[in-house]
Amino acid sequence: MVNQFCTFRLSGMLFGVDVLKVQEIIQFQEMTEVPLSPGVVQGLVNLRGQIVTALDLHKRLELEDHEEGAGKPINIVLCTEGGAVSLLVDSIGDVLTLTDEVEEVPPATMNRRTRELVTKICKLEDELLLVLDAEKTVDLSLV
Amino acid sequence: MSDDFDAMDEILREFLVESYENLDSLDSDLIVLEEEPESSEVLGKVFRTIHSIKGTSGVLGFGRLERVAHVGENLLSRMRDGEMIFDQGIATGLLQMVDAVREMLGAIENQGNDGEEDYGTLIALLEDLLEQSVSGTAPAPVEAATPVEPEPEPESEPAVPEATIEPVAKPVESPEPKPKKAPTEQKGGSLSDSTVRVDVSLLDQLMNQVGELVLARNRIMQYGATSGDPVLQSTVQSLNLITSELQEEVMKTRMQPIGSIWNKFPRAIRDLCVSCGKKINLVMEGRDTELDRTLIEAIKDPLTHAIRNSVDHGVELPADRLKAGKSFTGTVRLRAYHEGGQVSIELWDDGKGIDPKIIAAKAIEKGVVTQEEADRMSDRELIHLVFAPGFSTAAEVTNVSGRGVGMDVVKTNIEKIGGTVELKSEVGQWTELKIKIPLTLAIIPALVIEHQGGRYAIPQASLLELLRVEAGQASKRIENANGARVYRLRGKLLPLVHFGEVLGLPDSYWPGEKGADEERSWNIVVLHCDDQAFGLVVDGINDTEEIVVKPLGQQLKEIPVFAGATIMGDGNVALIVDVLGLGKKSGVFASNGESSKLVEAHEDAQRVASGATMILVEVGEHGRMALPLSSVSRLEEFPVDSIERSGNKEVIQYRGSIMPLLRLSDLLGRPSAAAESDKVQVVVNGEGASSVGIIVDRIIDILETNVDPEDSPESAVIDGQVTEIVNTQAVLATAGI
Repeated sequence: MVNQFCTFRLSGMLFGVDVLKVQEIIQFQEMTEVPLSPGVVQGLVNLRGQIVTALDLHKRLELEDHEEGAGKPINIVLCTEGGAVSLLVDSIGDVLTLTDEVEEVPPATMNRRTRELVTKICKLEDELLLVLDAEKTVDLSLV
Repeated sequence: MSDDFDAMDEILREFLVESYENLDSLDSDLIVLEEEPESSEVLGKVFRTIHSIKGTSGVLGFGRLERVAHVGENLLSRMRDGEMIFDQGIATGLLQMVDAVREMLGAIENQGNDGEEDYGTLIALLEDLLEQSVSGTAPAPVEAATPVEPEPEPESEPAVPEATIEPVAKPVESPEPKPKKAPTEQKGGSLSDSTVRVDVSLLDQLMNQVGELVLARNRIMQYGATSGDPVLQSTVQSLNLITSELQEEVMKTRMQPIGSIWNKFPRAIRDLCVSCGKKINLVMEGRDTELDRTLIEAIKDPLTHAIRNSVDHGVELPADRLKAGKSFTGTVRLRAYHEGGQVSIELWDDGKGIDPKIIAAKAIEKGVVTQEEADRMSDRELIHLVFAPGFSTAAEVTNVSGRGVGMDVVKTNIEKIGGTVELKSEVGQWTELKIKIPLTLAIIPALVIEHQGGRYAIPQASLLELLRVEAGQASKRIENANGARVYRLRGKLLPLVHFGEVLGLPDSYWPGEKGADEERSWNIVVLHCDDQAFGLVVDGINDTEEIVVKPLGQQLKEIPVFAGATIMGDGNVALIVDVLGLGKKSGVFASNGESSKLVEAHEDAQRVASGATMILVEVGEHGRMALPLSSVSRLEEFPVDSIERSGNKEVIQYRGSIMPLLRLSDLLGRPSAAAESDKVQVVVNGEGASSVGIIVDRIIDILETNVDPEDSPESAVIDGQVTEIVNTQAVLATAGI
């Protein structure tokens, strides 16, 4: 079986989501901050008349903050059950088509949060691709 | 060949669709005719329908259908010619015919022919009816006729549908009603001749599109306002008008009269009465009040439950009522009306009311509150405990209500759609449940405010007024009651909430606190929810605009302070404030259920504003007087030096003419108490050459009152104080003007 993933980078690491879940990829947009919102929510974005919640994926995965001056984050807008949600990432990678031979289950040593959201790890030539579960990533009730 | 088939198919399909639609209205038309046999219009309509069915069925070769319709047509024709009078027997027969036609249409649709039924008996019946002349002896119906029940008239509740030939008379108070068959289901046929069937999802899509159009219109308006291009501006104006109208019309398509859900209640109440052994008269007012269909769906269940409660727990058994000196039959009244951008639904019953003491006892028993808490609560708060989860005072849990989940669910469901519920009662006398829901969910007028760089929208329905406290005045006027900030508004205390503080934003200071900017002026937005009011301190106030409400995603839904988000004219996102949530989070709505005096005053003012608008002035020491605004053209302030004398009268040069001045204090023999000042306050009466300036000490306010100038009252209660009414004519006459 073959899967296609839209890949992106966060703090240097390579992540990916099922390409079918991705609605679009757009540049950084001015956001409206939401007071009293969970820290993971960066703000709200106007996407052609649709109001999309933007999540800071660094915070969601509990990674260390990216360095200053790393440039504006990119929006990966996912099409989820609850509507469109955007993930803020450092940069966009290619769309990779991989067979399931290179897939593996994440090791038990991985930290709890990442293990919740990463469904599998793909072994690429030079590095590892961590595949995120789109629905779980945007579902903050599991936090 | 296939073309012929297709053509036939097309004709057949049209015939079926049209006939089905007509049959639906036939049912209700026939019932109307039974009530009003004189209505030639309805009779004509019914005749035409049958006639056309007969004709087409003949052409299409449906013999049976044609035969049945034919007899019916003959009957109707006789009546149209005045040779027969429509009565119950005929109605029954024709209704049976309608059922038969429906059956045959069904057969045509499924099998392609008009079925196997003979309909001989039906035809015979109709022919018998035909035989009757005007002196008509009504023939016995062939079978137990479906009782002809006219649209349930509220006053005749409990209507007893009896499956006999007895005319449907006003029901006699029989202790045991015995219905034999369920009443004919009321076909909700529309009264207009032309209606269209539209898929609900299509209407929803239309609504969405209109919503987007409103957003785009807002953006263009912003652009057009600043562009300076007159052609653009006028085009933008027409776009604005058209969009507003379109929005209104589309809203209307989604509106349904609340009567559509109320229609089920008479029957429901009747059934409940039977099972409880009570007698209840149901009165329904305002069934034409229209609501968005999604709202109607949402309130259907809560309302039904509330009515059940009224019957089950509210209204007493007839015997108990008589003992208490009340009437044998209880009354339940449903009232719906529009008020201030909301729909109010009142459910009132003259039952035994809600006793705060009993509620308190039950609540303590259930562990909902402690004894101490209950002691501290007001009667109103205690009564509202019925909305607490897990509460029920039913001595026994009946299968009708009393499970303890009802009222809590009612309140939650209503609040979910943005509405409020309130309960009032007088023990032993009556209970009233008042539900208020916003008229429409999608597009609402809102006030846009700014705070710390962010923009927020506040629904206008929650807005009472706007206040401004100038720099320097702030520390004095925003008073500190041991940590709780208040503002004295027209003599009443208004609790204040600092928007930045509630939002957890940094640098949110009150005047007088370290770090506060003492040079700035302060804006207070007075909001209310139900009967409670508070003032929201914000950085800046922008315009009111119509905004499209968009829901927040799952990640943000839980935040009580925000109800949704919207896109502003410049494309940025603004959050919509949930006033109830804000009130609760900031603590102003905490537990004190006492109706805020401020809101009451506002409501009073609105309620009695049926009289004249008066301008309130101060004349002499403590002398409050009011003049009707209708005769006032302007309010002016003049430098004392500009007053000149002409003869022994004071005048002033005003707008190109010489205007005489009157000192009201002199005229009424009161010494003026105005501080020595180089300016005078003048109320200018009349226009142009006939204008007169009335000098007063101070102009206080302009208010709507319940004073009727026609009565020429000498004094009235305005704004809570006794105020003398100035009869302008008389005053001017005395002054010789």
